[in-house]
Amino acid sequence: MEDAKKLEEFQAKIDADIKIEPKDWMPEKYRQNLVRQISQHAHSEIIGMQPEGNWLTRAPSLRSKKILMAKIQDEAGHGLYLYCAAETLGVSREQFLKWLHEGAAKYSSVFNYPTLTWADIGAIGWLVDGAAIVNQVSLQGTSYGPYSRAMVKICKEESFHQRQGYEIIADLSKGTEEQKQMAQDALNRWWWPSIMMFGPHDGDSAHSNQSLKWKIKRESNDELRQRYVDKTIHQGEILGLTFPDENLKLNEQTGHYDISPIDWDEFWNVVKGNGPGNRIRLAHHIKAHDDGAWVREAAIAYRNKMNAKSKIA
Amino acid sequence: MNTNLYTYCLRLADNGLILSHRIAEYCSAGPQLEEDLAITNVGLDLLGQAESFLKYAAEIKGGGITEDDLAYKRKEKDFLCVHLTEIPNFDYAYIMARQFLMDAFNFYLYSKLVNSKDDIIAGISAKAIKEVTYHLSRSSDWIVRLGQGTQESHQRIQTAFDELWMFTDELFESDEIEKSLEKEGIGVDSSTLKKDWQMKINEVFSLAGINVPKIEKHSLQYGKFGLHTEYLGYLLAEMQHIPLLYPDAKW
Ligand SMILES: [Fe+2]
Ligand SMILES: [Fe+2]
Repeated sequence: MEDAKKLEEFQAKIDADIKIEPKDWMPEKYRQNLVRQISQHAHSEIIGMQPEGNWLTRAPSLRSKKILMAKIQDEAGHGLYLYCAAETLGVSREQFLKWLHEGAAKYSSVFNYPTLTWADIGAIGWLVDGAAIVNQVSLQGTSYGPYSRAMVKICKEESFHQRQGYEIIADLSKGTEEQKQMAQDALNRWWWPSIMMFGPHDGDSAHSNQSLKWKIKRESNDELRQRYVDKTIHQGEILGLTFPDENLKLNEQTGHYDISPIDWDEFWNVVKGNGPGNRIRLAHHIKAHDDGAWVREAAIAYRNKMNAKSKIA
Repeated sequence: MNTNLYTYCLRLADNGLILSHRIAEYCSAGPQLEEDLAITNVGLDLLGQAESFLKYAAEIKGGGITEDDLAYKRKEKDFLCVHLTEIPNFDYAYIMARQFLMDAFNFYLYSKLVNSKDDIIAGISAKAIKEVTYHLSRSSDWIVRLGQGTQESHQRIQTAFDELWMFTDELFESDEIEKSLEKEGIGVDSSTLKKDWQMKINEVFSLAGINVPKIEKHSLQYGKFGLHTEYLGYLLAEMQHIPLLYPDAKW
């Protein structure tokens, strides 16, 4: 009885666009849903450092190396904001990492694809960050206060990433024949994975309806995906690049671009971690975490020593 | 061309360029996320300093050469970084020990170079001193933390210093170039930095409970004169490979 009333009040707050804060009452399902979504988002930020880090030591100019290094650092910062937001729901970072390492928590499967040329760094910024922004801008309006505030901070930086990535692709498109090919090849390989970042179609998504009702998500996967496609096509066409979709066409009636059916078999394959990418990314993260254990232990031991000292003094 | 000044700028640039590259290699492998962020910050500062000095060196050399040409198209023997910057990331203790030894050196170096009569060097140094002051305080904290942390961390950081110590004498090796630039009030004779550096090391080591390793002169050949460790060639092969593979392309 109590709970039904609380639930009603909770929904009323959501409907009135009042943010839910950590100390407020919330349904257990809401909390679980957020824990899953925010931690998945945090994991994506930090696992995403790897495919880009793969080219940091081979960035072909000082300027591009600085930009890439700063970008990867931004992503680490995003991960940190998000872990902090997720921790307000009563789960520790250590636990989040444990779930990640055990394979119980997911991250965006787009980061399981390999970065094969320098142009991939441009494609990730332009397409992957470009898709992420569409989602994140929408999430600024999410109902959970700490998550919403983290999104506001993150969005400011993401638009830089998108522009810097696009600049790499633009420069390559104006470069030598080999560079143009490199840009086109990167677009060919990253276009569909970036489209799949928005997840399954609305009807097939396990969490979608409840998430929309609680305003954890504000717009559906398909709405966000369409917005991304619409804004990106023009950007590619100015550069003389071709999108790898022969059915891509502006629909005069809707004013939106139509695309070919998405290859969901590939999507689910990658989500389930089939293929080498998933193992490589996780193994790297686990190794770094294990290698760093003695450092974290030392930091804790030192802090405890200092605390004990200051108590005596 | 002012050959002395050109060489001197390359020495300053290459220390930052190579050390920041080692830090870049460590990206996403830190013991925790906060450390990934902090160490990348240091790497970015060093890379920025290197870029500024390379830009100046390119200007001195003239002939349309750019800072990127100097970073990506120079031969190994023309790099002038000290050996210490070339040491690989064996573990976090080596990374922090290497960083602390270089941070302390950079701190006293830039403290003097801010007064250089060369406006460009003074300008770059004015920015750099703020950055390396933070670097030194960060790495000093870590040395104490690791020295006083657990038995394992103490042993690891002591070992790292024992192994790296032989590379420190190069830092204070000077030559005619430095001596004459010091006389002109433009550069610094590295040998004059040793006393302050040693005092700083002693201070932090004593807080950390670390023994100062025995001084040994390890080499008659130094990176700052163009003779390197075996590690550098591999680093450059990776760093330079795209510009060398596509000589006509701009990036
Ligand atoms: Fe991000
Ligand atoms: Fe980003």
